[in-house]
Amino acid sequence: MRSLFPLTLTGATIRRKGKRLVGPIDLTLQDQGITIVIGPNGAGKTSLLRMMHGIARLSDGAINWGCDLDTAHAAQSFVFQQPILLRRSVRDNIAYPLRLRGIAKAMARAQADTAGTRVGLGPMLDRPATFLSGGERQKLAIARALITKPALLFLDEPCASLDGRATREIEEILRQAATSGTRLIMSTHDMGQARRLADDVLFLLKGHIHEHAPTPLFFDQPQTAEAAAFLNGDIVE
Amino acid sequence: MSDLWEGIGQALWLLVTLDADLVEITLRSLRVTLTALVIACAIALPIGAFLAVRRFRARRFTIALLNALMGLPPVVVGLIVYVLLSRSGPFGVMGLIFTPTAMIIAQVVIIVPLISSIAHQALRELWSDYHDLLISLNTTQRQRMAALLWDGRRALLTAALAGFGRAIGEVGAIMIVGGNIDHHTRVLTTAIALETGKGDFAMALGLGFVLILLAIAVNLAIHIIGRTEQEGRW
Repeated sequence: MRSLFPLTLTGATIRRKGKRLVGPIDLTLQDQGITIVIGPNGAGKTSLLRMMHGIARLSDGAINWGCDLDTAHAAQSFVFQQPILLRRSVRDNIAYPLRLRGIAKAMARAQADTAGTRVGLGPMLDRPATFLSGGERQKLAIARALITKPALLFLDEPCASLDGRATREIEEILRQAATSGTRLIMSTHDMGQARRLADDVLFLLKGHIHEHAPTPLFFDQPQTAEAAAFLNGDIVE
Repeated sequence: MSDLWEGIGQALWLLVTLDADLVEITLRSLRVTLTALVIACAIALPIGAFLAVRRFRARRFTIALLNALMGLPPVVVGLIVYVLLSRSGPFGVMGLIFTPTAMIIAQVVIIVPLISSIAHQALRELWSDYHDLLISLNTTQRQRMAALLWDGRRALLTAALAGFGRAIGEVGAIMIVGGNIDHHTRVLTTAIALETGKGDFAMALGLGFVLILLAIAVNLAIHIIGRTEQEGRW
């Protein structure tokens, strides 16, 4: 199979009701590492991720993958800021993407058990998904997103409103996924998390990419005043 | 007042002695309505799911139409089905008029709009929860409908029960297309209408209580089978 990458955005823009949410974005991403998207609220982080994933319609511009669109869509997953749980057991939630691909129930469930246990949901596989706590829900969403072995995983602030321990556990899962070859593109508000995980950083401001740089460089020597101010914890608008 | 007490007394007597006519009429009522319910659900639930997941031009109109058809007068449905099935009608050769099948057809026509409308209301909410995930997972329309119907099954039970309630208590349409023929198409509601017309209020009331008990029993049975109010919120 041809690689998804390079992913190229040219002048990609999303407008809704006359308001520009994000763009125009010109960007090329290669197939290695973890890209972290940061920026203030309303900068367009979520819109950018949704646009790349193809669940938000482009108003302008184009997004090109290294392969055809159907293959590209099938090889990526998305973890939403608010985990979306199916009204099923934890096991059946994780198995659902496999069931969609026509894998037999017993096999899908067996794989879901393995995947669920790996993220620490082993004791809760039989429970309805809505009984889970916030951190567990997010782990379920990540396990479900990873079960199809995607080449690319989008995460929209997966650790927002989670405590330190849950965040650490999720970061560990993500690091393992990255090590085993999944490309991650993730937005976050947590600068510590950005430092810990990022190979490169996209700093978004008012719907534009304000700065895009590899990790140590971005944090040590931000090129723009706004990025420096944002890293300092100043309020950037 | 004495009619009421006599009716209760007679109802109990009919029940305790398992009156042959009563059992026969009750079973026929159940058979006709449950068959109609199964057929109507098979048609109406996919319609509800389809309206929830698919955006098309005539969608608003279709929903408004279904809501309007919920109040379809049974007598008119009966009349139309009668005209279609009667010997001189387009489907007359099938010989269905004055048979339980004709009654089932009439009841299906009456409850399909009701069930699909309630199902659509319930599934619309579920769809707004699931929307982003199911789009992200590249589901086909069929898979989306299947996910909604399966995960929304508890809510759909309510839709089915509403349909059952309307069908079991319906008299106008099945009287016209069934003809209330003894041992053939007589059901609880048409029997009640007949006994009332004859002035036998005690018998009519007796049958009426049986009808109410039946409706409650079926509802309870479905709730117990479906285990609603247990296992969390769905």
